[in-house]
Amino acid sequence: MDLQTILSGIDVRADWVGLRYVKENTGFRLVRDGKPETNTRESKQGIMVEVLVNGQFAYYGTSRLDTAGIQAAAERAVVLAQAASKYSLHSFGIEARPVAKGSYRSAFQTATDAFSPGEFSELLIKATAELKVSDKVVSTNAMGRIVESESHFVSSNGSDFDQQYLMVSADYSAVAQDGSITQKRTDGGLLAKSYQAGMEVFNEDDVLARCRIIGAEAVELLSAEDCPTGIMDLVLAPDQMMLQIHESVGHALEIDRILGDERNYAGWSFVRLADFGKLQYGSKLMNITFDPTIGNQFASYAYDDGGLKAEKEFLIKEGLLLRGLGGMESQIRSGLDGVANFRASSWNRAPIDRMANLNLEPGDSSYDEIISSVEKGVFMTSNRSWSIDDYRNKFQFGCEYGKLIENGKLTKTVKNPNYRAISNPFWRSLKKVGNQDTFEVYGTPFCGKGEPNQVIRVGHASPLCLFGDVEIFGGV
Amino acid sequence: MEKLFKQITQGIMADLKSGEHLGLSFGGENTTFARINAAKIRQIGNVDEADLGFNYIWNTKCCTGSISLSGNVEEDLKQAQTELNRLREEAQQLPDDPYLVIPDSTETSLNEKFGSLPEPQEVAAKILPAMGQADLTGIWASGRIFQGSSNSAGGYHWFASDSFSLDYSLITPEEKMVKATYGGSNWDQSEYEAFLADSIEKLKLMSLPPKKIEPGDYRTFIASAGVADVLSMFSWGGVSEAAIRQSESSLGKMRNEGAKLSPHFTLSEDFSSGLSPRFNGNGEVAPETTVLINKGLLSQTLVSSRTAKEYGIESNFAAGDEGLRAAVMSAGNLKESEVLKALGTGVYLSNLHYLNWSDMIGGRITGMTRYACFWVENGEIIAPIENMRFDDSLYNMLGEQLEAVTETALVNPDVETYDGRELSATICPGILLKSFSLTL
Repeated sequence: MDLQTILSGIDVRADWVGLRYVKENTGFRLVRDGKPETNTRESKQGIMVEVLVNGQFAYYGTSRLDTAGIQAAAERAVVLAQAASKYSLHSFGIEARPVAKGSYRSAFQTATDAFSPGEFSELLIKATAELKVSDKVVSTNAMGRIVESESHFVSSNGSDFDQQYLMVSADYSAVAQDGSITQKRTDGGLLAKSYQAGMEVFNEDDVLARCRIIGAEAVELLSAEDCPTGIMDLVLAPDQMMLQIHESVGHALEIDRILGDERNYAGWSFVRLADFGKLQYGSKLMNITFDPTIGNQFASYAYDDGGLKAEKEFLIKEGLLLRGLGGMESQIRSGLDGVANFRASSWNRAPIDRMANLNLEPGDSSYDEIISSVEKGVFMTSNRSWSIDDYRNKFQFGCEYGKLIENGKLTKTVKNPNYRAISNPFWRSLKKVGNQDTFEVYGTPFCGKGEPNQVIRVGHASPLCLFGDVEIFGGV
Repeated sequence: MEKLFKQITQGIMADLKSGEHLGLSFGGENTTFARINAAKIRQIGNVDEADLGFNYIWNTKCCTGSISLSGNVEEDLKQAQTELNRLREEAQQLPDDPYLVIPDSTETSLNEKFGSLPEPQEVAAKILPAMGQADLTGIWASGRIFQGSSNSAGGYHWFASDSFSLDYSLITPEEKMVKATYGGSNWDQSEYEAFLADSIEKLKLMSLPPKKIEPGDYRTFIASAGVADVLSMFSWGGVSEAAIRQSESSLGKMRNEGAKLSPHFTLSEDFSSGLSPRFNGNGEVAPETTVLINKGLLSQTLVSSRTAKEYGIESNFAAGDEGLRAAVMSAGNLKESEVLKALGTGVYLSNLHYLNWSDMIGGRITGMTRYACFWVENGEIIAPIENMRFDDSLYNMLGEQLEAVTETALVNPDVETYDGRELSATICPGILLKSFSLTL
């Protein structure tokens, strides 16, 4: 599709016109207990036509991709923008859509056609066999999700950039049961192993080895004591830090949210515009970066969907809040610095402020230093439950697997580990941050936000972390 | 759109060969969205889209797919043919699927409900002036939604409906909020303005100084919208037969250990309101009513044909995920006018937020209070409360702690739009609890 030619042929009275074409194939395979459960491929394509009239943007998303269809979409968007411009929340200019030129390609080692559908299914069947380490494992799942996505953006002020992604997610899980006790282990939380990568993620030896551990840990949890209740130290593995960063830092720092756009759905934020540059968000060990430049992380890209160039920025440095998650529209509305995070889930949604790769930078504590510093505490890994309030304050998270830490040593395995706290006090209790050796990269395909709703991919990386005096508790 | 679906169905089904079976599903919408913040337009636009889903079976193999449709019959038929060929090629390489379900339903239905909606360019002028100086944030959605299903056995269903909804929050300068949804199929300007004025009036209650309450167990009333949130958890690790069989359901205790909920609690899948289509993605038509929990006892579960085949039981033609599509909780006998008096002293919760299982197998749910939630003393509202986290068991909330159920079940439309606009709704009353655990 020659978007430039189509754009040059659009005849409407608008101050600006942009076209964003998106084509995406999502393949998903799931094997349960050695038998195929799902083999599917969803192919979506369409174009988002956006116009600016009298300071008001309006859009018309359509899956009709011929020239006449796109012209009609532009005309309807202009009518909408004109009518709405009498009631605009903010009057924008063309500077909200910076000029961007270039391209981006995901890095990967092994192309998708290296595995036939039959070979891929065979691997997943083997994985479920490895997960079933004993008769106590009553259900096993192995899944792979492969997304091939391309977008091309052109605009009347000269933008022309295309981005192509290859994104792979995998998960393996085992449910173990003994009488009335049931426990489940996954591979770091549901689809937490999400990367811009190729089929190298499905290296058979690695997959089968991980499945044996997952199955064994599910069985191990059956005879574990319940997580104790009390105020004590908490050590979080990087796969749980992903969720911790996402919910209690990422969403709280979205500038559109702080400006109130989300108050009817995802909520507001305890962070206010005046807090940037002043609020001590966490302890001095807390360094949070927005970094869409890491090669294999799930939400890397060159430009956001408004055309802003993506660069690494510190949002929180030594615990001090410096910068929010806001694209050009939010930066213009708030007068604050932001980042290139104006993103849409697909062609049928308008961009809003989203997380991309949001990471906690490594510190200088080794794994052994962290564990040995704890007199009484719990180590938790792999998220299984998440809930936080609409201001991003009061959260409660649960994990699949825990270990008691007693007198500087990991001792008993505990089941149903949970903790609850309030965001700022919790981050201020950050006592140790693991070094590069403990740093791990994760992601999730499932971040929900926006009206109309959008689910988008995000990446999070973190080292092992120690928090002091946290309210910890077990199951029913 | 129905013509497009019918033509694609005829074209593709005619191409099937011996040993092949096919189910097609159609989903589409033409929707105007207006996102509102501070009673102004934040974002506005239109989405016009349609997708065609394939459930392809060749002998003992099965795979599925979907494509976007352009609306041009010739082009879409060509794309559909290409997708069918891709599925044929893939199926040959897949392992046998012992639980595949060959579509055999020959039922047909046609259900179109057209209404009267504002034109897209009229939306802003019709909805915004009535908001006046109120701080209102929310989402308008209007237009037509389409769903279709057909199969190689001759089954064919079509459902189309016009609807609009304005889902909004009103906010005081002290950041206290009330929430409401105004929706329907025929726009009535004066009715809308009266509904909105009533919401603005309710907001005045929120201007009372807030009360901070401590974690603990409280007598609690949860209004219908909050109950709908609790019932939504039954679609995830709840009433699914597969989830129970695979030890991933909170209701496993009811099946396996004889656990009971309150005799005041009855939950059904009930399509009699006509809000949601009865046919599922395979074109199978569910019974009009399936009682799932009857006076506290697990009566039936939602069983898809795939689950039925795997476990040798009867299907009730649930959706593939065996989630609720038309949840209805039976009303009780507590009069709405008596709610505060019956509560006495405790908390009144209008809405809940961000629910999740904190222990799915144990049936424990955590979440937040949100919007108009009050401290009540001796039957009188004293003050709005600061939002609290709860963490309590389903077997408490809908079991031993469930004291009474209101006599009116309200319609709570599903306004989520992740996979397009939803057609479902939860119909439920409010509940009075002897005790409810607030934790943070």
